[in-house]
Amino acid sequence: MTYKLLIVDDSKLARMSVAKAMKALYPDWERVEAANADEALALSSDALFDVALLDFNMPGRDGLELATDLRKAHPKMPIAIISANHQDEIVARATAIGATFLPKPLTETALSGFLKTALDQIESAKR
Amino acid sequence: MTSTAPSLLTELQLDALTELVNLGVSKAAANLREMVGAQVHLSVPTVELVTRGRAIAILAERESNNLVAVHQVFEGDIGGRALLIFPETKSLELVRAITGGDLPLEDIIELEQEALAETGNVLLNSCLATIANMLHRSLKMSLPEVLRGNAATFFSLAPPPEAGDVVMFLYITFAVRERDISGYIAMIMDMPSLTALTHLLDEFIERTAG
Repeated sequence: MTYKLLIVDDSKLARMSVAKAMKALYPDWERVEAANADEALALSSDALFDVALLDFNMPGRDGLELATDLRKAHPKMPIAIISANHQDEIVARATAIGATFLPKPLTETALSGFLKTALDQIESAKR
Repeated sequence: MTSTAPSLLTELQLDALTELVNLGVSKAAANLREMVGAQVHLSVPTVELVTRGRAIAILAERESNNLVAVHQVFEGDIGGRALLIFPETKSLELVRAITGGDLPLEDIIELEQEALAETGNVLLNSCLATIANMLHRSLKMSLPEVLRGNAATFFSLAPPPEAGDVVMFLYITFAVRERDISGYIAMIMDMPSLTALTHLLDEFIERTAG
């Protein structure tokens, strides 16, 4: 079955970079992009996403605030927070929300590792 | 106020440059967090092509008081200057946070110059090195220099601009709320560098998303 991935980053280049990695890893996944938290929430109320990749530092609400909102509506959805800002407090907040912290620039290896775990979670939740 | 300057960068090039600065400053903030032992909050970076006068005005609008800056010049395929800027009243607080907080005031004052230069060195190098690595280029960085003055003095330092009056002005604010410390990281680049920068950004975009 195909999965649906939400990519949220204010940088178009960063979204393109994720898309490039996804084309190599899981070309059949559906990718939906949003440039900020509000756009992402609007999209997620219309459609059900399987996995979300959220940039941390964005204008308006940041990725952790967005993750908190997404978490309320989708308690089991695998979420990654992506940032070069690996301060303990930010990593700890990501963990507390139940999100995975991934370092930026995002490598295909890191993304692949996260998505493998995410797929296991999705599949075991179905069982 | 980008309308005052020719649009030399495409939307995607500007996006790529902002993302590079974001990466560089985020890494620098993580280093600063280790130094002060408290979370460092960052704004989203602003990247603008403006006249030198406008860059001075942007900073002066936000901070009219006396400022202290750590300044480093960078050279290579692109050149310019990077500054770590604080209101003068916050610089002692920064030194206090970095030295652990139990030193008497006279020692802190004595250490101020050196501690600021070292902090600036770590932050600016971390930021510029990240950007240089992402662009696959090396940048030569001068030793840090501590300056006191205001926006006009910082942005009118020698050597004078090689051509034109338009500069690439990048800035980001950071704050350590627990310690009442806040400041800016700013970079300015002159026009000759901008042409080289557009090529480097295109290569970066191709590597990242091509």
